Amino acid sequence: MATLQTRATARIMMSPAVILLFLWMIVPLVMTLYFSFLRYNLLMPGTEEYIGFLNYQYFLTDPAFFTALANTLILVGGTLLITVIGGILLALVLDQPFFGQGIVRLLVIAPFFVMPTVSALVWKNMLMHPVNGLFAWIARLFGFQPIDWFAQMPLFSIILIVAWQWLPFATLILLTALQSLDGEQKEAAEMDGAGAISRFIYLVLPHLSRAITVVILIQTIFLLSVFAEILVTTNGGPGIQTTNITYLIYMQALLQFDVGGASAGGIVAVVLANIVAFFLIRLIGKNLER
Amino acid sequence: MARATTTRSKVIFTVIGWTIGFLIFFPILWTFLTSFKSEGAAVATPPQFLFFDWTLENYREVQSRSDYFKHFTNSVVISVGSTLIGLALAIPAAWAMAFSPTKRTKDILMWMLSTKMMPAVGVLVPLYLIFRDWGLLDTRLGLVAVLTMINLPIIVWMLYTYFKEIPGEILEAARMDGASLMKEIVYVLTPMAVPGIASTMLLNIILAWNEAFWTLNLTAANAAPLTAFIASYSSPEGLFWAKLSAASTMAIAPILIMGWFSQKQLVRGLTFGAVK
Repeated sequence: MATLQTRATARIMMSPAVILLFLWMIVPLVMTLYFSFLRYNLLMPGTEEYIGFLNYQYFLTDPAFFTALANTLILVGGTLLITVIGGILLALVLDQPFFGQGIVRLLVIAPFFVMPTVSALVWKNMLMHPVNGLFAWIARLFGFQPIDWFAQMPLFSIILIVAWQWLPFATLILLTALQSLDGEQKEAAEMDGAGAISRFIYLVLPHLSRAITVVILIQTIFLLSVFAEILVTTNGGPGIQTTNITYLIYMQALLQFDVGGASAGGIVAVVLANIVAFFLIRLIGKNLER
Repeated sequence: MARATTTRSKVIFTVIGWTIGFLIFFPILWTFLTSFKSEGAAVATPPQFLFFDWTLENYREVQSRSDYFKHFTNSVVISVGSTLIGLALAIPAAWAMAFSPTKRTKDILMWMLSTKMMPAVGVLVPLYLIFRDWGLLDTRLGLVAVLTMINLPIIVWMLYTYFKEIPGEILEAARMDGASLMKEIVYVLTPMAVPGIASTMLLNIILAWNEAFWTLNLTAANAAPLTAFIASYSSPEGLFWAKLSAASTMAIAPILIMGWFSQKQLVRGLTFGAVK
């Protein structure tokens, strides 16, 4: 039982972290909110004035917003699809005993440690280059016309790169969950004559459901703000075909210097992320009680 | 009980497993190999896998042309600095939460986590303006501050899950034996807490090393860490694949090795203890 004195000590020990984090969260957010109601462009100093919801109106009715929103959803959805399904399959393979399992595990998780700018540039140039890239060579080897990845399917190319970075994360978490599955249960199911597929559907998948949810939620948080991969490969283009919400706001802020508009966009992004965060927080909170 | 596995299935899975592992790792291996090629060999068709003239020229070029080690040092200072400050703030906080929890401890933890959910772009504008006005743009100090705050919730959470596993009975036993608070901390708690602190540190250096939103937006020539330095290769002049590969290899090698060592703690750190 905590005494009064230890409780006071505990409060003092916590306060630096809590206060700093609070300031870090609230000050910029309030500023963003404030700017979002102003006409405020860095190129036109001295013309700041209150314009109500006009920035929001412009941002939300701009066709670019809908394209960016769609791109964001496709990017998140596509990457999730590849990484979750791929992750489950990979985890199932890695869970089997085989020679050199430990080394293969290291190889599989490696992409997660590669910084985004490196993986994007390596993929764009050395693998996906339409003339000298490795994929082009493989395509020609089999008599196909090489794909000009970033011209023909720019968004899908980015999805591929991002998926490669996040596949290890999904695999590792699902593998960890898989390994906590009770061996005896599997055995019992086998003895009762359940085949591999029905064992997977009725035993393994339900056991993994929680880990899958965690993977989806955490990845969504990160994938909503994919930025570096777009910056170094396509700059959001061609046109705005690979511009996501994060990149759209970045362009508005640091390329057009439209502080007001970018702030309104920032608030929209915060709201979108909060919808996801709401579910994630509840899930982890539930876990804390156990 | 372990089920008997037939040799046949083991061989099959060895083949499947190694093939998958090789394919996933291939882009990294390819980067590594290309870094030892001449620029001509790097773009050759058909690609040259092992039989080319191995050279260290690219590594020399990258350093002499662009002062690579300045950016490398920036990466080290920023990632290690932000992690150490983060630990200094988080250790007492997590300690208090784990050993004298109150009704509100859980709420504080959840709130800390929620700050992590805020998209960076939502505060890009004000932070950029604050940095501009305070002269923090393109300084290592500014980036250390930002990355400390970004990773602080993860550090607190990870430490909390580790500290919570230290059984309270041990403390009681030590107290019964007449250990003072100081002795309790130095001889009983610290040795049990060190592994947790070490893996928290490792994971956070990795995360800070690879952070690529703030590093790209808040730095230019001076404070740019490797993430931003490598990004400058996106608008190349002339042949550059071999140099890109050399710069990339040096940028990812140290962190890849650290990552491999910390892989066991990774899951727990990244899922805030939701999956162990």
